[in-house]
Amino acid sequence: MNRPLWRRLLGFHLGTGIVLGIGGFYLGWFGGHWIVNGLSPASLGYFGDTGQNDISLFLGYLLGVVGFLVGLGFANYPLARLRGYPPTLREKEEHQGIGRFFVLNTDHKVVGLQYFGGIGLFFFIAGLNAMLIRFELLRPQPNVWPAGNYLTLVTEHGTMMMGMMTSGILGPFANYLVPLMIGARRMAFPRIEALTFWLLMAAGVILLSGYFYGGIPTGWTGYQPLNDQANMGMDAYIMFFALVGLSMCLLGLNMLATVITMRAPGMTWTRLPMFVWGVISTAVLMLLAPPVLISVLTMSAFDRTIQTGFFVAAQGGTSYLFENLFWFFGHPEVYILALPGFGIVLELLPVFARKPLWGYRLAIAGFLGVSLLSWMVWQHHIFVSGINSDLRPFYMLSTELISIPTGFTFLCAMGTLWRGQIRYRVPMLFCLGWVFNFLFGGLSGIFLSDVPSDVDSHGSFFSMAHFHYTIMGGLIFAFFAGVYYWLPKMTGFMLNERLGKIHFWMMFVAFNSTFGPLFALGFMGMARRDVTYPSNLQGLNDWVSASAFVLGISMLVFLFNLVYSQLFAKEPAGANPWDSKSLEFQLPSPVPVHDFDRIPVIVGDPYGYGEEGSAVARPSPVPVPAGGGA
Amino acid sequence: MRRLGHFERVMVIWLAVSAISMTLAAVFLTPILPPGNGGAEASGQRFDNEVLTLVSILVCALIFVYFGYVLIVFRARRAETMDGPPIRGHARVQLLWIVTTTATVLFLAAFGTYELLGGAGGGQGSKPVFKSFSSDQLVSSKDPPLQVQVIAQQWQFTYRYVSDGGFESAQLVLPIHRQIELHVTSLDVIHSFWIPALGIKADANPGFDNIAYLTPTKVANVRIQCAELCGLFHGYMFDTARIVTPSAYAAFVKSQSQFVSPVTKYLPKYSGNYLPDPAFRAG
Amino acid sequence: MSSLQKLAGIAAALVVAGVLIGFYIVDILMAGPKALRAGTPGPNNSINLTIQTVAAAGSTLTANPSWVSYFVRDSSNTWRHTTIWTLPAHTLVHVTVYQFDGDSGLRNPFLAKVRGTVGNSMTVDGKSMNVLNPDDASHTFAVPQLGLIVPLKGVADDAKNQCDFGPCALSTAHQTITFSFYTPKKGRYRWQCFVPCAAGFLAGFGGPMQTLGYMDGFLNVV
Repeated sequence: MNRPLWRRLLGFHLGTGIVLGIGGFYLGWFGGHWIVNGLSPASLGYFGDTGQNDISLFLGYLLGVVGFLVGLGFANYPLARLRGYPPTLREKEEHQGIGRFFVLNTDHKVVGLQYFGGIGLFFFIAGLNAMLIRFELLRPQPNVWPAGNYLTLVTEHGTMMMGMMTSGILGPFANYLVPLMIGARRMAFPRIEALTFWLLMAAGVILLSGYFYGGIPTGWTGYQPLNDQANMGMDAYIMFFALVGLSMCLLGLNMLATVITMRAPGMTWTRLPMFVWGVISTAVLMLLAPPVLISVLTMSAFDRTIQTGFFVAAQGGTSYLFENLFWFFGHPEVYILALPGFGIVLELLPVFARKPLWGYRLAIAGFLGVSLLSWMVWQHHIFVSGINSDLRPFYMLSTELISIPTGFTFLCAMGTLWRGQIRYRVPMLFCLGWVFNFLFGGLSGIFLSDVPSDVDSHGSFFSMAHFHYTIMGGLIFAFFAGVYYWLPKMTGFMLNERLGKIHFWMMFVAFNSTFGPLFALGFMGMARRDVTYPSNLQGLNDWVSASAFVLGISMLVFLFNLVYSQLFAKEPAGANPWDSKSLEFQLPSPVPVHDFDRIPVIVGDPYGYGEEGSAVARPSPVPVPAGGGA
Repeated sequence: MRRLGHFERVMVIWLAVSAISMTLAAVFLTPILPPGNGGAEASGQRFDNEVLTLVSILVCALIFVYFGYVLIVFRARRAETMDGPPIRGHARVQLLWIVTTTATVLFLAAFGTYELLGGAGGGQGSKPVFKSFSSDQLVSSKDPPLQVQVIAQQWQFTYRYVSDGGFESAQLVLPIHRQIELHVTSLDVIHSFWIPALGIKADANPGFDNIAYLTPTKVANVRIQCAELCGLFHGYMFDTARIVTPSAYAAFVKSQSQFVSPVTKYLPKYSGNYLPDPAFRAG
Repeated sequence: MSSLQKLAGIAAALVVAGVLIGFYIVDILMAGPKALRAGTPGPNNSINLTIQTVAAAGSTLTANPSWVSYFVRDSSNTWRHTTIWTLPAHTLVHVTVYQFDGDSGLRNPFLAKVRGTVGNSMTVDGKSMNVLNPDDASHTFAVPQLGLIVPLKGVADDAKNQCDFGPCALSTAHQTITFSFYTPKKGRYRWQCFVPCAAGFLAGFGGPMQTLGYMDGFLNVV
């Protein structure tokens, strides 16, 4: 159906969203200026001294996001319901082909692929920032970026990675796969699912605008009171994290509601795939932790605009309030990053070892244990801040205890491989890479959890190496394992095996070469976020920078593989390229729009390898008739 | 001799590898672990790192040996996909694992607390619980702890010698074999006072007095580094502290207090923290 | 147009946009004051450096007209808005500061003691002194790496003919402060103001105090 161009342009899609977003931004911007300069209350006089109007920027961002969402069409359904129209589950799907990725689409598979592209884009931007940082650290004295701009680079890299990659696995993979794995045709809240994606995209653009508003000097942790002193770019940071927090909260809500209420008949809790357990344990954290972040950011915004004194000691506040609230969110946040990786690795190992998952219930206990304990450890980020010294042994103990449930995951991985028939395909390589990297990440965490050891390594490059090993070495390697494993299901085309192996080895070697020496650098006294360092450390820093550039190039290898295999080589994947017994691989590739022809009845778990006649569901789904569904 | 099964083989290789690498580490690596032996706290932390390193080597060796063995021995040798045996778990192995990991973790937590009690703990807040090592071998003076205040501001540390009259200086000079009580505070944003070689790190928060203990034992010039991002020149907020003999310290106090005497009368009375006027926003 | 062509078109447009935005951002990142060979030759191989501090930078040379700022006089006697000054190593530098701003007061009174200059003293309007009343300080010129700090006296609040916007003319109310110091060996040494003089910012240390080109800079010693 070919509607006239003007009709197509006028509809609700990304273009309209951008236009209304920009309009909303200027509306808020000038509104803020009117409040400060037009109304001119004496209490806001300092805005004239500083030459910066934070109220304008906040209002601008707020109304910009509202305009963006309205332009995409998120207001349509609520308004329709207000006017009395009956409830519907899906927007009318007018866009097909490429266009469906640039609109509000309630198909969970489309949202999954949107996430894949969107998060991938911001991952590359943040990665480029990292390359620029390493470029600066080639020499002990700053030579490329003036001191303040270096801090903005560091902040943008960290903030963008932390904000975007928390949804890095749940966004693309869970949205696409959780309904398929539990035998449902949709998520519980399809529109909220789409909302979480578009909020994240708006947030990313807002964070990047921080470059144009004077930069952000605080690092991703945004500590007060430096936060208060900062230029207008800080408002971009605050807005970014508030939107990301909202997106995370809604994503977690959606995941939990879906898994709790929409499992197919026979899908008991102990038949769920491990990936779904990873999603559950993460979704609980995603639901409960971001509200704390949003509250602390709101307080920061008030401190910056209307001069409240939450974090200003001279006005009766305290910087400790920020540290504690932030890390109360911040620690579950890093487990949000780590847990989905556990889920993916334990999901994939049985397929490539051709054995059931060893210790299924122990693995669940591990995930839930990590999830629960992650609430009780946050003060290990502020051991030397001057917290009450009675608390430190407790937090040392609780943090060390987290390694026990984490160890369960390792044990289950080890048991699954025992006496297996191990195939070294690319997803398996990435899973093994995860094991190697997370081992070092976890062990360095033991060092950091020990207070006497932490006194020296807190705030140094040792701490940086630790979290890069767990987050990049853990999450990102698991992410790529998932990509190579599930993308064929999503698009119907395999990724090239040889290019995949090149990508893996290059990334694995370069990653360890980049972050391994950082442990040593931290022990040698190099502090984080410093644009200068003692000149005797230059050799190691140059090695690290060179490796980082190679790591960046390995990402380009992946991109090349993606484009080449999906657009040119197009090697058909078939329904089950990995011989998996999991439910999603009983469907055709790419998965048809309606997912299941008939909702299956679940009779077993997806790990029945080596067990005669085992299957997840009976009867097998009826093949899709030619030309049906779309 | 009976052939060893797979499990026994893995255990034997693991024990052998661990024994060798732990010995090598104990001889070559651990003596050079940070923070070194410049002070009593630093030594305590170094020993702590040593124990952690040895335990880590044990764990690393297990994972490497196990995975190395399994990935080589149990790889699929035939092209077509053949399934492995349907082993879903082994209760005894799981129990053994839970018990050993819990025991290791509890041991490490207890050991860390023991070191903490000995004073290896950096900044402890306003009501420190764990005083520093004060054994007669390390501390030669029977005087109460030497009180020195570290004032962090953007972007320099200055120091007030409270026990020696309260004069302020931009140089930090400290005597060896004396227990030093550092009071760290900030005038504006969060900083962190870090001397890597002496194993001391204490965050400087505005309006707050963070107390840390220090007992230097070696004469040296050590680097001070700000360890909490505090703005534009955070990377330049470093300094050098001189750890000297008690007589050199006394000489420093005499000459420096004389040098700064014109300004000492302007200094506020010593306090744990100094806050500017609440509504102060310059102009 | 086929799907592939559309995708290729979108991808190409994204790449072009990305590269352009990338250049723009790198441009912003590399922005900052440029180094200036700031001294004029003085007697006996010394260097004369003339700088001024103003209450508001003014819009003619700067992006933030309301911020306090330093200016430096170049070899052709024009006032330039940069705080990165190139000086020769191991040289005596005679510094003359024309101070046009009112006082804000030092937050840490210790910094009112003159240190690191020749004789550990400065001359204020002809009078030699080695310490200033901390409440009278308007700005400081400090190079912590060299142990150098000179508090700069503020113009009295009731002085007539005060300068509003920089760069200021000598006919308006000002204090003249002179001191000398020796440049060290080759390197980059940061200098900064220690008085919380950034009006409107928390603790007076935001904005101009945290941006190169206003109250912070580098000595490029070559």
